[in-house]
Amino acid sequence: MSMTTDPAAHRPARAGARTLAVTSGKGGVGKTFVTANLAAALAARGQRVLVLDADLGLANLDVVLNLHPKLTLHDVFTDKATLEQAILPAPGGFSVLLAGSGMVEYSRLTPEVRDKLLHILDLVKPRFDWVLLDTGAGISDVVLFAISMAQDVLVVATPEPTSLTDAYATIKVLATQQERRHVGLLVNQANRVGEGRLICGQLQQVLQRFIGAAPGQPFKLELLGEVKADPAVRQAVLKRQLMLEHYPGCDAAQAIQALATRLLG
Amino acid sequence: MEHCLPAPALIDARALDLDQALQLLQQAGALLPDEAPLSAAWLQAVLDALCDLSSRDALTGLANRRSFEMALAREVDRVARSGEAALLLMLDIDHFKAVNDTHGHGAGDQVICAVARVIEQAVRPMDLVARVGGEEFGIILPSCAPHVGLAVAERVRERIAELAIDIGAGQRLGVTASLGGAFAPQWVRSSPLLWTERADRQLYRAKAEGRDRACLEPQVDSLVSAEEKGMLFATLNPSDTPTQQDLP
Repeated sequence: MSMTTDPAAHRPARAGARTLAVTSGKGGVGKTFVTANLAAALAARGQRVLVLDADLGLANLDVVLNLHPKLTLHDVFTDKATLEQAILPAPGGFSVLLAGSGMVEYSRLTPEVRDKLLHILDLVKPRFDWVLLDTGAGISDVVLFAISMAQDVLVVATPEPTSLTDAYATIKVLATQQERRHVGLLVNQANRVGEGRLICGQLQQVLQRFIGAAPGQPFKLELLGEVKADPAVRQAVLKRQLMLEHYPGCDAAQAIQALATRLLG
Repeated sequence: MEHCLPAPALIDARALDLDQALQLLQQAGALLPDEAPLSAAWLQAVLDALCDLSSRDALTGLANRRSFEMALAREVDRVARSGEAALLLMLDIDHFKAVNDTHGHGAGDQVICAVARVIEQAVRPMDLVARVGGEEFGIILPSCAPHVGLAVAERVRERIAELAIDIGAGQRLGVTASLGGAFAPQWVRSSPLLWTERADRQLYRAKAEGRDRACLEPQVDSLVSAEEKGMLFATLNPSDTPTQQDLP
């Protein structure tokens, strides 16, 4: 089954790429790691993929990918570089637009930051099949705005109680503030097969009870993937390598491949 | 080369049939400039007056449903760009049918006009008050902070409840109203329809809870309550959380 675009999300339909925001609530659950490897898996299927580092406050996509960018989103914002110059090739066959450390000054959401992000998204969408928005942790206004720009949302959570609580809070805000009726879930660092389904079911049950969905518009949390805890992930992170390239046979890599297949329907 | 361009097609105002338009405006009491009939300025004044006429409710002079919907769409756009808080209130006069049935439609009209006036007086000049249906009103309040939303709605409700409406023959009538309200989602482009539905849902709640009250959509609470946590971990008990032994 393919991930459906939320009909209740009244984002203007623009031509071009499908946009997917990857978010988590709690930090350190593997959100950027999942984004980068998902981008590589989609690219391997012939898709043109751009990862937009929307974590303006604390960007670390460059760290995960071991990139040392000279030009970033910050340079585009300040007209020091064109978009073409700042979109960089990443290992794994996809493109990245990195936030860079200069973006700290944009970690507050102002109308100017909003307009710039929207403008950049409009410019890149016709050139790609997928734009993945790697958002920051938490539910700040910048994170919520970055998510609001995307058609679909993927929430990454681990079975850890704090991660589940924060993921729940994030999904609840998306359902109530952004009127989303469909959110995807990826359970990372699962301890056993089937744990993802258990967690998804439990979250769905509590959400249904507390978000007060409009009649006829039930909220659906869809489990899009389960990545089991895998020592290869740790190795890849430490070596700052793309897991999909360096450990393609491991369980976690297979799980990311399955996620990409599912997204492509 | 300018002289080679075709002359712009000018309209001869004398060829226009304006009788019905002028009759409508006269009946509505619209003021038109006396001088230079059929001049461009005069014609503009006629068009402006017609626009004004088509955006107002005939009975109360408030914005009508058409201009309410236009204002709502504009406000949705504005809020999406500015991130400001904006409140939409839907108001319904309680048991209005009984007023019509008991005292006649003339009295009903007087009640509607009196309520319209008092709503206008209870909100700021920048707020838009519209009659959207028979006894239903919509109020758009731009730049309305969430913590004052309920106070504004309550003020409107109280002022209506205080009314003693003169319906002629020495009779005075009191009415109450129910209000429902919802804030527009900030930073996010919603739709006028969704926003209205959310406010309407609160209006139904106010009616169901006994009328003569204001209900606002509860503000989003990003914190997770103890009850929610309890339910979240009811089956996902600590034995399911990772331990060192579980890890490969």
